[in-house]
Amino acid sequence: MTHDALDRRQAVATLLRDPGDLLVVAGLGAPNWDATAAGDRPLNFCLWGAMGGAAMIGLGLALAQPARRVLVLTGDGEMLMGLGALATIAVQAPPNLAVAVLDNGRYGETGSQHSHTAHGVDLAAVARGCGWRAVCTVTQAAELEGLRARLRQEPLFAVVRIAPEEAPRVMPPRDGALLHHRFRAALLGSEN
Amino acid sequence: MAGAWQDEVFETLRRAAIRQIAYVPDAGHARLIERAHADPDMRAVVLTTEEEGVALAAGAWLGGQRAALLMQSSGVGNCVNMLSLPMSCRMPLLMLVTMRGEWGEFNPWQVPMGNATPGVLERTGVLVRRVERAEDAAETVAGAATLAFDSTVPVAVLLSQRLIGAKVWVR
Ligand SMILES: Cc1ncc(C[n+]2csc(CCOP(=O)(O)OP(=O)(O)O)c2C)c(N)n1
Ligand SMILES: [Mg+2]
Repeated sequence: MTHDALDRRQAVATLLRDPGDLLVVAGLGAPNWDATAAGDRPLNFCLWGAMGGAAMIGLGLALAQPARRVLVLTGDGEMLMGLGALATIAVQAPPNLAVAVLDNGRYGETGSQHSHTAHGVDLAAVARGCGWRAVCTVTQAAELEGLRARLRQEPLFAVVRIAPEEAPRVMPPRDGALLHHRFRAALLGSEN
Repeated sequence: MAGAWQDEVFETLRRAAIRQIAYVPDAGHARLIERAHADPDMRAVVLTTEEEGVALAAGAWLGGQRAALLMQSSGVGNCVNMLSLPMSCRMPLLMLVTMRGEWGEFNPWQVPMGNATPGVLERTGVLVRRVERAEDAAETVAGAATLAFDSTVPVAVLLSQRLIGAKVWVR
């Protein structure tokens, strides 16, 4: 399968532009660096591990905060490790949760080995099969503005086809306790 | 088979302000699962694998809610790497684990993970408490919930197979 050459940094910069009070969970590795390059902020929970868990963290958060929008931004490899989450989330159907997968067809962080999506596995079709009703695949830069809007108003599952090129690392704090406490303080106030 | 202690444990979870109950079914949790689905204040979340529940509980906590995670001992093996999430982030986690493979077990495939369960949890940093008698169940869960959410640590309560009642195997 060939991937169109959307630049991941530019794509994520567009999707996360003016995040406002959007709650963001970013999967480990490059999606974390992309989200951080778009602007480190307390309401980004950027993972350094927990591979396969990003979408489920988003679900717990979305159920706990029904009045807020939650966006999970993760990689194809990370999503593949937790495919069952697509079924679990579809059953719960939280209206305030969207998931965007940055699909480069690679396990970028570990040496760019081909992932299953490079061999034809279609994450959008998996999501549809799990019962997600709003699903899209984006391949063109011109589609990103529209996607940005949809991710903030719909329970959307989006596959964003990006080029396999890696971008320089832009890293948030590594201390998970710090990431956790600053997120809760920003969302819930310092008493919590 | 739904004894009074399961209802007491459910009330304990309610009193501990648990709002999300995630599970992969086990017969020993059937009553709790039923109660969770019937309770308008609770969100019951059926999982495809137990590690999903560890991540869900972290998300719930980030959002200001408390979750409890129900599984049988075989599911503890499915959680191992995901436990690095509450450990690295110093987050609470409350797991209720029904034990298999330790007493009156008919299924040999349950024995290895049942036997490894307390050790695996301890080695990953999860505090382990154990219930042998029905009259201790609610109190142990209450203490574990306070420990987990007020001291922000992962805690597992193991509900012994003898307490649950060995599954009767009819050939
Ligand atoms: C459980 C587990 N297995 C393997 C790894 C190693 N690992 C770290 S990042 C990664 C690949 C992530 O790929 P993807 O989510 O597609 O992100 P990309 O860098 O391609 O954008 C892997 C396999 C890990 N951290 N944890
Ligand atoms: Mg990838």
